[in-house]
Amino acid sequence: MENLNQWTGSKKTWHYLLLIILSLLILGPFIIGLWTSLLPTADISSGKLFIDNISLDNYWAALTQTPIIRYLFNSLFISILTMICQVFFCSLAAYAFVFIDFKYRNFYFYLVLSTMMLPFEAEVIPNFQTIKSLGLLNSYLGMVIPFMTSAFGIFMLRQSFMQMPYELKEAADVEGLSHWQFYLKGALPYSKLSIYTLAAYSFLSAWNQYLWPLLTTFSDDYRPVQVGLRELQSQETFNNWGMIQASAAIIVIPTLIVLYFGQHYFKSGLNEGAVK
Amino acid sequence: MEEENNLLDAKKQNILENSKKSILANKISVKKNDKFYALLFLGPSLLLLILFIFYPMLKTIYLSLFLTNGNGQNTVFVGLENYVSLLTSSTYLASLGSTFVYVIGVSVLTIFLGLLLASTASKNVRGSVFFRTIFSSTMGVSISVSAIFWLFIFNPSIGILNQVAAFFHLPILNWSTDPNLAMISVIISTVWMNLGFAFLVLFSAFESLPLSLYEETAIEGVGPVYRFMHVTIPLISPTLFFVSIITLIESFKSFGLIDLMTAGGPNNATNMLVYQIYQNAFLNGNYSQASAESVILTIIIAILTFIQFKYLEKKVSY
Repeated sequence: MENLNQWTGSKKTWHYLLLIILSLLILGPFIIGLWTSLLPTADISSGKLFIDNISLDNYWAALTQTPIIRYLFNSLFISILTMICQVFFCSLAAYAFVFIDFKYRNFYFYLVLSTMMLPFEAEVIPNFQTIKSLGLLNSYLGMVIPFMTSAFGIFMLRQSFMQMPYELKEAADVEGLSHWQFYLKGALPYSKLSIYTLAAYSFLSAWNQYLWPLLTTFSDDYRPVQVGLRELQSQETFNNWGMIQASAAIIVIPTLIVLYFGQHYFKSGLNEGAVK
Repeated sequence: MEEENNLLDAKKQNILENSKKSILANKISVKKNDKFYALLFLGPSLLLLILFIFYPMLKTIYLSLFLTNGNGQNTVFVGLENYVSLLTSSTYLASLGSTFVYVIGVSVLTIFLGLLLASTASKNVRGSVFFRTIFSSTMGVSISVSAIFWLFIFNPSIGILNQVAAFFHLPILNWSTDPNLAMISVIISTVWMNLGFAFLVLFSAFESLPLSLYEETAIEGVGPVYRFMHVTIPLISPTLFFVSIITLIESFKSFGLIDLMTAGGPNNATNMLVYQIYQNAFLNGNYSQASAESVILTIIIAILTFIQFKYLEKKVSY
């Protein structure tokens, strides 16, 4: 018995050691980035990575000398707008596919589904021209409009609506609720979890947009953070590593917070797609 | 007494009949509006998808069959000539090759490390929740942040890697001018960024494994490696497949990290498919060639997505 305890004891130690090593590998880039964001650039360049001159000066410089607050605001605005539109339009379409009888319903569904096979990256040339002719270059709307709906969102919410007990719909019909009323009072509340999942997912994917804002924004008034950092990097500030690292830190903190609170929904949403 | 009962029955019957009628009436009134609601609910999404996905796809195919002049206008119809010249151009073939190297590298490492993280975190020891949060944390890292973190780590003159190498008197590696090292650096930063997602998905698959299975195999005296390969892996294979195919698709579409870290260089070593499209269309103004490249990319992604659908179809009833 004692032997067994000893054995599991040392096994546990190894297990913790592995957990700690893996954590350090994952956290390494964060730690290095955050640490150097606290050091003067002169020290970083000369390889003095110790505690001597630690300060928040780089953060102050990033906040006052660069448009990073503006970039953050732009990203936040674009992501929230995309999120609201996606939840709204995807849920409406999903509702139609589940609760409304219409001609060629399956055809339309497969048509929507087939868009998942067509990568947006391969369609940027005509889309650029479309946005340009709509006069939406360098605007919030131009960055949001192509992503207001998604086949993924429609598919996910359709799966969730399909799991609703049919009696609910029947009861609603008896009460004489219109589709719009049942959408608001029945379908949406019932699929709360999937709605949150889509909200979190669409927010993060809008936040991470890179190619499209790079092509369609020309001024700091509309530039989101991803492209904004590129702008900072390409200016003379490129060699100001301390400030660049501080900017990266300022940008990563909000998403880490969103992730921390949204984790549960991501997981359940991913499971919907993966396990079933 | 009997009469009363009959009367009651008749009343019941009447009520039932009436309610049936009203249900029917309601159903009819709902049915009448269905067309209107279908248009109202599905219309916006359908319109958006047509405008920003179907139309541009057709337009891209169309553009790929012409030559473009300096102003981006179509001049001569050349059929498939753009494709022929692409598939015989050494630059494009090299780009295709480096994309495959990158995609395979990223996918294999993401799956391997994702499995390692998920299996390590799935053991219920004290503090495992804390480690799970750490392991999924890179999901909150965006492209630009990842690029900046890793650019500093790999920076040839002041980067942490070379500083450590210098400290231990190891050879200094030039991550930005050596083609192979540049590719490795882009792969590493992509994998790091992917790991949070891969971990989260694989971990939930591990979590849903039946505990009894572990107990049974433990009694039979099966070693942990054997058990992992022959019990765990087959059980989580649907999830494993899902993560693999998503990672494959996403890495074929990689653009941001490459733009920020290497801009396709050095010497086109990291000039992958989407970056080529961007370069040809928006930097060189060669729309026709970029369109042909877009169509080739679409074919690759479509095949992968189709495989994913086929596989999902077995699991999900549409």
